[in-house]
Amino acid sequence: MTHLPLDQQMLDSCAALLLLLSFAMLSQRRIVTLVNLYAVQGAVLAAATLLLAWRTGEGHLYLSAALTLALKVAFLPWLLHRLIRRLEVYWDTEPLLNVSGTMLAGLLIVVFAFALAQPITLLASTATRGAVGIAVSVVLLAFLMMITRRKAMSQVVGFLSMENGVFFGAMSASYGMPMVVELGVALDVLVAVLVLGVFFFQIRERFESLDLHHLESLKEHE
Amino acid sequence: MELLLLLALPIAGAALLGVIGAGRRAPEINAAFSLGTFLASCALTARVIRHGDLLLAGEQFFIDPFNVFLVTLTAFVGLTTALFSRPYMRVELDHGRLTPGRLRLYHSMYQLFMFTMLLALTTNNMGLMWVAMEGATLSTVLLVTLYRTPASLEAGWKYFILCGVGIAQALFGTILLYVAAGKVLGAQGVTALLWTHLDAVKGQLEPTVLALAFVFLLIGYGTKVGLVPLHSWLPDAHAEGPTPISAVLSGLLLNVALYAVVRSKVLVEGSLHSELPSMMLMGFGLLSVVLAALLLWRQRDIKRLFAYSSIEHMGIATFAFGMGGPIANFAALLHMTVHSLTKSSIFFTAGHAAQKSGTQLMDRIRGLITLSPTVGWGLMLGSLAILGVPPFGVFTSEFLILTTAMRTQPWAAPILLAALAVAFAGIFSKVQPMVFGETNARRLPHAPALLPVFTHLAIVLLLGLYIPPYLADWYRAAAHLIGGP
Repeated sequence: MTHLPLDQQMLDSCAALLLLLSFAMLSQRRIVTLVNLYAVQGAVLAAATLLLAWRTGEGHLYLSAALTLALKVAFLPWLLHRLIRRLEVYWDTEPLLNVSGTMLAGLLIVVFAFALAQPITLLASTATRGAVGIAVSVVLLAFLMMITRRKAMSQVVGFLSMENGVFFGAMSASYGMPMVVELGVALDVLVAVLVLGVFFFQIRERFESLDLHHLESLKEHE
Repeated sequence: MELLLLLALPIAGAALLGVIGAGRRAPEINAAFSLGTFLASCALTARVIRHGDLLLAGEQFFIDPFNVFLVTLTAFVGLTTALFSRPYMRVELDHGRLTPGRLRLYHSMYQLFMFTMLLALTTNNMGLMWVAMEGATLSTVLLVTLYRTPASLEAGWKYFILCGVGIAQALFGTILLYVAAGKVLGAQGVTALLWTHLDAVKGQLEPTVLALAFVFLLIGYGTKVGLVPLHSWLPDAHAEGPTPISAVLSGLLLNVALYAVVRSKVLVEGSLHSELPSMMLMGFGLLSVVLAALLLWRQRDIKRLFAYSSIEHMGIATFAFGMGGPIANFAALLHMTVHSLTKSSIFFTAGHAAQKSGTQLMDRIRGLITLSPTVGWGLMLGSLAILGVPPFGVFTSEFLILTTAMRTQPWAAPILLAALAVAFAGIFSKVQPMVFGETNARRLPHAPALLPVFTHLAIVLLLGLYIPPYLADWYRAAAHLIGGP
């Protein structure tokens, strides 16, 4: 068995943690915990970025890690917690698929994701290219979470987690995107959450609930 | 300079209208900023005609015949829509459907939306293009929910989530593109996302990764184009938002999204040397045309009807880009132009018709020709134009696409023709009673100001009869650039 350098091992464990957190989010029905898990995912992502920055000496990765820390660990979870308190949505209802079924589907998705990531792994020249499969898994698991949940808030956390996965993919395959793009993406995510906040109050004002089955009247009949 | 004005004016407009609000004069200020943007786009076009392709601001912006014509079209429809929305939104305000605060949001977001579209068109950076496309969704979500009705909230939520998820896939595709380019252009290269650099080395990019990237990009931007089966947000967002927004979503945003798809296709095709991107575009295009034509029949809401017609026409253009080659590309570009002009004019008249009748349900809109002849004729002529009746421009582009299909893709031509016939019958049978049906309502005292409608239709008619040589050269240059088999 070959011995990997310590930093490589740490990076790999960060990647494994991200995948584990995705599964934890998939099974979690308490929305407050869901947001906390999202914050932890952000923290792991920031740690991985920092490690990678130290290892490669890429200056812009330090900035990127700081941005992740500020936005995804501190600001967005704070905002979401505030929204949860103001709107009083603490629990998601029973998901459309039960937990064990979702988990099984999740496992299949991971296998599929690694198959999908194969050509990228072969092409990429980064030390972390093995983690691309995990990034794709995180994206697809977040997608699964979005389609199995009913509450708007859980879907938003799923959406944000998907963005984390995409971001991790960029990092592991090419040590991040050019700075101007990363800044733009961060801005978009921030604005998206702010818009959603406004939007939630509108939904709530109208329906007095954030359950999405209210939003199913525009069906394709007639 | 022209570019700076083009991008700075809408931003300044958004800030001014958002912060100051500008009270009763806001619609005029909105129109004035749109006029300024349009003039800047004309100046930019003149410069491109004189000097050829432009690379500006450290290669971050790239103007070529393909995007400059879309920039002008976007700025033009932006201007006419601002002119249309001036009286229209005032009536909505007087009817109590809106508050002044929401109108302020509307004007500010309208300018911001224009900015994001112009940025997406002019940027050379595939990453920035993604940022701008997402910005376009975000700036319009709150406009779709402007009336705060349950249906509009649902439409807004669907729009946000579907386009958000879609666009996340496009980001992943962009990253894959960056990875593949890093291999050739040097990792960490800031140039590795610039389209012009990617275009120069597209032959050396790793084909399997690019094929994967294209799938993600097509799903992502295709969601915004409204390609079936990713279209379900589109009819809702068009029907529930205010009419000027339906007009710009349908006439402009779909074009910009299609532009992003085509830019990606050029790169991937150069790397793959296979039929895959073409086949995917043709497949999605044809599916959209057929399904939209069938779903048209089941619609009862006038704006939903024409939203489905937009899906159909975007399908036609996508199919034509899929076929590729000089004639099909030329026809697709022409189709994007005439569809944009015709569809926005139809939404203008449909908005007036719904406002006058107090409902968007087609069963209850009757006898527009007696109610208000300009609205009646506007809707009738617009519908005929969009259905491809000669001598309107849509006929020319559809004719070119059909004849090319018969030559190069004979299997697809009958399907396309049948779908067009079904759509024709579907729309005509619904529009005819709305315009000429019996009504006991009295004629309205004042005629609505429909100058934008007839200007658009006149241009579409002109393009059907005669395409000015410089415009034809322009389309030809863009068609050559897009290439294909």
